[in-house]
Amino acid sequence: MITLLEARNIGKRFGGLQALSDVSLTIRKGEVYGLIGPNGAGKTTFFNVLTGAYTPDGGDFVFNGSELPSGKPHKVVGRGIARTFQNIRLFRDLTALENVMAGHHIRTRAGIWGVLTQNRFTREEERLTTERAYELLRYVGIERFADVVSKNLSYGDQRRLEIARALATEPQLLALDEPAAGMNATETGQLKQLIQQIRNDGITVMLIEHDVKLVMGLCDRVAVLDFGKKIAEDVPAVVQKDDAVIAAYLGGGKHAH
Amino acid sequence: MNELVAAVPWLGKRNPTAARWLIILVAIAAPFIAWQFGRSWVRILDFALLYMMLALGLNLVVGFAGLLDLGYIAFYAVGAYTFAFLASPHFDVHLPFWVILPLGAAFAALAGVMLGFPVLRLRGDYLAIVTLGFGEIVRIFMLNLNYPVNITNGPQGINMIDPINLFGWDLSRNIRIGEDFTIHSLFLYYYFFLAAVVASIIFIQRLQISRIGRAWAAMRDDELAAKAIGINTRDMKLLAFALGATFGGVAGALFGAFQGFVSPESFSLMESIAVLTMVVFGGMGNLAGAVVGAFVLALLPELLRDVAVPLQQTLFGHVLLDPEVLRMLLLSLAMILMMLLRPAGMIPARARYCHDHHLSHHLNNTPKREAAK
Repeated sequence: MITLLEARNIGKRFGGLQALSDVSLTIRKGEVYGLIGPNGAGKTTFFNVLTGAYTPDGGDFVFNGSELPSGKPHKVVGRGIARTFQNIRLFRDLTALENVMAGHHIRTRAGIWGVLTQNRFTREEERLTTERAYELLRYVGIERFADVVSKNLSYGDQRRLEIARALATEPQLLALDEPAAGMNATETGQLKQLIQQIRNDGITVMLIEHDVKLVMGLCDRVAVLDFGKKIAEDVPAVVQKDDAVIAAYLGGGKHAH
Repeated sequence: MNELVAAVPWLGKRNPTAARWLIILVAIAAPFIAWQFGRSWVRILDFALLYMMLALGLNLVVGFAGLLDLGYIAFYAVGAYTFAFLASPHFDVHLPFWVILPLGAAFAALAGVMLGFPVLRLRGDYLAIVTLGFGEIVRIFMLNLNYPVNITNGPQGINMIDPINLFGWDLSRNIRIGEDFTIHSLFLYYYFFLAAVVASIIFIQRLQISRIGRAWAAMRDDELAAKAIGINTRDMKLLAFALGATFGGVAGALFGAFQGFVSPESFSLMESIAVLTMVVFGGMGNLAGAVVGAFVLALLPELLRDVAVPLQQTLFGHVLLDPEVLRMLLLSLAMILMMLLRPAGMIPARARYCHDHHLSHHLNNTPKREAAK
């Protein structure tokens, strides 16, 4: 198995709160990797540090064999890591199609001059961006809403659109922050299929999720965070039986004493 | 253009082709109609076109990129003073128009970047306050840079600026055809400014429907998400400030040449607010809104001057409210009413950020085109 992402001793402190301490984990190419843990365990913080929204206090990430720049989100996306947000963050006044087209920004090159003169390169690039955006909308199953302003989409469709927009950046690693939050059983089932499809198409998926059934059914490996520390990392079946994990979720265990 | 066409009442939706021709016809015929009411009305139309350019440029910054700029008139000032410095007896420099125009645009763009850098991390109210300060700084510089070395000639301003000269064709001279037919200089300026406005609309629409326009819109709607899809928000903000300023600078250079005189009082905070009002009044974030807003709000005060003064005299025997006071009063009233009744502006159209012909190709294969609000 080839390693895609290696996090080495990541630390992040907010004032008196140690949100992440010495978190190290390894994600292999082509797997679905789950990151779980109780509320406030540091999962989203880990995403934010990984994608450059925050600068870590210590440690670094190695992605595809070289170090990721810290604190520069657009460079991280350029290297091939895309993310979605726990609370959906679409460009609300743009249509579904335009949202996905915006996601393609980093893979396009047209500059001021090309845009003002509408030269052949720019026109061709624009056409390809539109085509690609349509393909992605079809891929996540909301092509019929291409021309709908995104704030008017239903909740589940907004989630799908956010995934399509992230895929438009042509990532190798897709980081999903609680994609099933607020979804009913049917929608969750469809989401599971979509994530499997994405994995089958060669994109590695990292997943924060509270829905234990979804995580256990979908993930190849799972890491558990508690109070900013990694307390377990293994295949779901093993993690499920881990004493420390059970203690973290149910209370009691060594933390209670 | 399509947005403008759609904005034509009644006709716009029913017969876009007719609406398009109507707009072109009105744009061409406007000065002739205005001439019937007196020469000053053609002049007012000329100024309305300059305001349109300003509103279009400010709309790019405020409407597209979501950066509230209360000091936009500073770029107008930079353009106007650039022209005044390089084409007047003040420094005794008389460079040709086609040299100064790009220089004015470039200096304004530079000023835009200079404003952009310190405000990169600011949004909303904070951004508004800093840009407001920037506008005032530029004006105060113009006002006070006459000592110890006289650069701007202080409050007296710079006089006798060369008129626009297009390859030897002086726009300030009337064209005399035959015995008793003359084309007045104001008409020449009108059509030249009209061409400049049309070019601005084409350029800005091209920017809007491009990866750049979409990046601005993304940044405006959600900056964090924009970063998360790989948009370099720093560069995109600087680009918005610089390009917006460019249009302001060009309009300023045209203004200086047209008026033949510039002084700091033309670039007060009230002017910045007036241009912003045009953008908001018309409908933020779409080109038709900026054009219509600028047109209406540039003409309205002049109309008031013509109507309100005689009206007050006949009613009260003397002028109670000075037209300038009345202008601000009615502008404020108009804004309050707009915010209450049509908060999205007169033309609340949503700007498109992708090509219609790309879209329609696909929509034909989909069941039903959902109404986009």
